Amino acid sequence: MAESDNIVVETAEKIFADLADPQTINNDKKNSWQGPLWQGLSEAGLPLSWVPDDLGGSGASLADGFALLNAAGRFAVAVPLAETMLAGWLLAQAKIASPEGEMTVLPASPKDRITLDADGSLSGRARGVPFAKAAKHFAVLAHGKDGVSIALVDATKARIEGGLNVGYDHSDTVTLDRVQPVTLKAAPKGFDQTTLMLMGGVARSLQIAGALESMLDISVRYSNERVAFEKKISKFQAVQHNLARLAGESAAALAAATSAADAIANAKVFDDEVYLEAAAAKIRCAEAAEKGGAIAHQVHGAIGFTLEHILHRYSLRALAWRDDFGSESHWAVELGKLVATRGADELWPLVASR
Amino acid sequence: MTAALRFDPIRLPEKCEQLRKEVRAFLAEEIAAGTFDPHKPNREDTDAPEFSRRVGAKGWLGMTWPKKYGGQERSFLERYVVTEEMRVANAPTRRFFVADRQSGPVLLKYAPEHIKMEILPRICRGEICFAIGMSEPNSGSDLFAAKTRATRTDGGYLINGTKIWTSSAHIADYMIAIFRTSPPTKENRRHGLTQFLVKMKQPGIQVNPIGQITGQYEFNEVVFTDHFIPDDHVLGEVDGAWKQATSELAYERSGPERFLETYYVLTELVRAVGPNPDTRSAEGIGRLVAQLHTMRRMSVSVAGMLEAGKEPVVEASIVKDIGTVWEQQLPHRVRDLAAFVEETATNRETLERQLDFAIKTAPKLTIQGGTTEVLRGIIARGLGLR
Repeated sequence: MAESDNIVVETAEKIFADLADPQTINNDKKNSWQGPLWQGLSEAGLPLSWVPDDLGGSGASLADGFALLNAAGRFAVAVPLAETMLAGWLLAQAKIASPEGEMTVLPASPKDRITLDADGSLSGRARGVPFAKAAKHFAVLAHGKDGVSIALVDATKARIEGGLNVGYDHSDTVTLDRVQPVTLKAAPKGFDQTTLMLMGGVARSLQIAGALESMLDISVRYSNERVAFEKKISKFQAVQHNLARLAGESAAALAAATSAADAIANAKVFDDEVYLEAAAAKIRCAEAAEKGGAIAHQVHGAIGFTLEHILHRYSLRALAWRDDFGSESHWAVELGKLVATRGADELWPLVASR
Repeated sequence: MTAALRFDPIRLPEKCEQLRKEVRAFLAEEIAAGTFDPHKPNREDTDAPEFSRRVGAKGWLGMTWPKKYGGQERSFLERYVVTEEMRVANAPTRRFFVADRQSGPVLLKYAPEHIKMEILPRICRGEICFAIGMSEPNSGSDLFAAKTRATRTDGGYLINGTKIWTSSAHIADYMIAIFRTSPPTKENRRHGLTQFLVKMKQPGIQVNPIGQITGQYEFNEVVFTDHFIPDDHVLGEVDGAWKQATSELAYERSGPERFLETYYVLTELVRAVGPNPDTRSAEGIGRLVAQLHTMRRMSVSVAGMLEAGKEPVVEASIVKDIGTVWEQQLPHRVRDLAAFVEETATNRETLERQLDFAIKTAPKLTIQGGTTEVLRGIIARGLGLR
């Protein structure tokens, strides 16, 4: 997943650099950059990267799409790119074509459940749905008496209570009350809500890792500019060691996230090994978001605490992304249960499985 | 260009998995035969010469070295698998581990041919043990402050001075040490040290054991008094050891031994909590496993870089920094969770005994082989801060 050998990533980075420059968009109080950015991404076919050609997408590989999400994290992109990608991917699992425009997925938390009634309507409440307010359609995973289904839902049919996450992005509560979907099909065998949460969790892990890369870059740059006590603060050992720790957290997050992405991209089934990869990535990236973000702020001092500085675009979003598709606490409990069920002597074989 | 370091996802090839099965089967046999107890990391007999020979006979020592020196010309990833399986099983690797990891590669690079032909095959057969002579009473992390002198004499050098904290010196057959052959220059304070191969158990070398807070006697003071070393035992450039020391570090600092030293307490905790853990135990175990998994992925990735012929010194320093801090904290986190383990857990006593030892071991983990402070200095240099 090097930055230069991937055409999808190269395309995206050009668009981000032109239309989502962090300083420019941070100065824009009216968010007038969002329209042109979304248009640019859509024209390049990026939001539907994971949708095959015959279902209306651009048919990129899972690996390329994951690399794209990592790049989006490096720019702390605040349009529903990841969400539309995930929605398109979810719909494609049931061979449902993706419509144009912004989408998001529900549920976005392992605790919420949407049910499919006998009359083919969907009901239930999903909290913390990213960018629901901006979405024209929802890709929905629903539970019915015959198992799991995947549906495309017109967003205007849902009740949406707007909210903001820690990073000032929309994180909304969506209520479906006997809503008839546009399309509904059975999910493939073995596909369930956990699969969706693991996939969403890996997407968020890659975004967090990307945000940490940028936090490291701007923190190193700032430490080489800022003078205190008559020298650059980068020359103080205490600052150097903090930045070394930030580099470690950034590297750990990137390693965990890219490993999980690679595991999913090459997985035939979501077995225990893939579960470990995906759950561990979300847990470790969330921890890195906390530890690494704190160091980036510490290095910047008061200026990093201001709205006019770009640091918060990365630090707060990385913290917010921890909450989506299962928090690190959720996944730690689930992973701990899996390990306990397998038994002590099966822990090492699981860790050393690849 | 980003300052962030990439650890690409390296997967162990199929031949590694076959090898892993062989190593596990071998270790199971050794355990069954009573060579060592995997649940007892604090045993007295850390030196197991016969075991060492049997590992050598399997072809698992010097695995990556050329065949003409007794090696197998296998990959770093295969060596990685052997190392981690030995470590997780708590196998007694003390006698051969330093030679296999570090001393052998130094000899391969810097020793004269006849020395290589003489010594490397013996390492591969598990016959000889190495120590590393770096620290001195007044120079630890500041390697280049070393004062032990190597004075020119007929056909070689006379050594006078003291090395300290030298692990395994009491059982070692050889030591690779740095001695001062010239004073440092004004321009380069690192100048003037030379790397030597020292034959132990010879006149002029006295090894004094030092008790550690774990109750073990693994490290030593080594006093040299007019000890003679012949010319052909100089390794590399006279006065130029500083150019040679850094390339070893990637080997020394990124391996699975840098986060698995206290791993046994995690296994034992999982055993103690049983198949239906409460929420707190499950969460605690889940986090620890996620952290462990992440470090292993990073460490395997560095093994892949070594295999590709790179010198990932900064990446290796990150693995050792995060890994050793983790293995240091692990016994304490396990202790937190063990407080809730049922009194009736059948392995409770084993867990408590292991925790007692692991907690005493923990302080050394962020000191040995490069302190946390030194590592963070290296990482900071990699970031362009120094």
